[in-house]
Amino acid sequence: MVVKVYGPAYASPKRVILCLIEKGVEFETVHVDLLKGENRDPEFLKMQPFGSLPVTQDGDLTLFESRATMRYFAEKYKSQGTDLLGKTLEEKALVDNWIDVEATSFNPPIYALTFQILFAPALGLTKDEKVIQENEEKLAKVLDIYEERLSKSKYLAGDFFSLADLSHIPFTQYLVGPMGKEPMVKSRKHVSAWWDDISSRPSWAKTLQICPPPM
Amino acid sequence: MATPVKVYGPPLSTAVSRVLACVLEKDVQFQLIPINMSKGEHKSSDFLKIQPFGQVPAFQDEDLSLFESRAICRYLCEKHPGKGNTKLYGTNPLVKASIDQWLEAEGQTFNPPSSILMFQLVFAPRMKIKQDQTLINKNEEKLAKVLEVYEKRLGESRFLAGDDFSLADLSHLPNAHYLVNATDKGELFTSKKNVGRWWAEITSRDSWKKVVEMQKQKN
Repeated sequence: MVVKVYGPAYASPKRVILCLIEKGVEFETVHVDLLKGENRDPEFLKMQPFGSLPVTQDGDLTLFESRATMRYFAEKYKSQGTDLLGKTLEEKALVDNWIDVEATSFNPPIYALTFQILFAPALGLTKDEKVIQENEEKLAKVLDIYEERLSKSKYLAGDFFSLADLSHIPFTQYLVGPMGKEPMVKSRKHVSAWWDDISSRPSWAKTLQICPPPM
Repeated sequence: MATPVKVYGPPLSTAVSRVLACVLEKDVQFQLIPINMSKGEHKSSDFLKIQPFGQVPAFQDEDLSLFESRAICRYLCEKHPGKGNTKLYGTNPLVKASIDQWLEAEGQTFNPPSSILMFQLVFAPRMKIKQDQTLINKNEEKLAKVLEVYEKRLGESRFLAGDDFSLADLSHLPNAHYLVNATDKGELFTSKKNVGRWWAEITSRDSWKKVVEMQKQKN
């Protein structure tokens, strides 16, 4: 039975898709339309009780939370494809550390910006300029810390590409693309080099090709 | 004998207490290094070298420096699978996946509204900051919705990830403890049959009782 990933058009499911492509694992995708509220259908809520995306099925296992899901596949397929967890226990700990930095410090402001700038209009809501400004400032501070980190380390967890870097790709693409905030990345020398590197991986080009974003 | 691991930060910090609960569950020797945040020690250049965001906790195990409390907990479990509570991070990949799923749910869905409520109801008054009633109402609503999902889950499963107490349950202890013991919002937890049962069970663990004692000692 092939792995199924729900909601490929959106950013969070793309973490899982990127991981599967990097590991060379076959998968199918199932479209979920958020604007039509398909994530609140009873059938969907049985799989993902919070109504968020993604949900992923691997045989009898149903998993939600993209970062938990990518960790699962990276470990299950440790011996094939790209090594996404480092080679030692210590390297894995650093990968976990920087995945969590993405989750707790990078994601909140960039998610808020994504919602306000890209999705609010589609939902018939007015953009809140104050929220946009606050979150741009928050994100800038986080990127300054990344700049410092990436001046000492080629990738976030060390000298190897890992789930920690991968986790940033989908929303950063929104930032530099449809949100028009590329200068936030380009103005920081090491963040810019890191972004160019990770976004030019074949797995990302393939992800965008098979799962085009809603805008 | 291995060098004790170092945990930096005050036990009253929710993220620090998350790590403390884990080292205690795993029976790992540790040294608690106080960081006086009211004196700005978390923003000193020495501290920023081990935690560039200037937040607590920071953690060291010999040459390894880590931060982010949930990542530290995962590391402790993976480094010492046979010590202390051996089921804390699961003993097979499927259980581990379920634990990771609920650990992420805690971080992404439970933590934001519970943190805001904690700040507004417990810390803002202490810091003489005016409370924002709109923010309180909004986040109480959010938290109530999350706990409805938990109520259903905990009617089907003894603990969040399955039959055994795990990192996923542990991770909820710090914020929920403040809400239940230091605010009038404890009913959000205690009035629900399954969440109430779960809350009583997880707070009765020796590790958590020790953390609460540590929080009382350090003022």
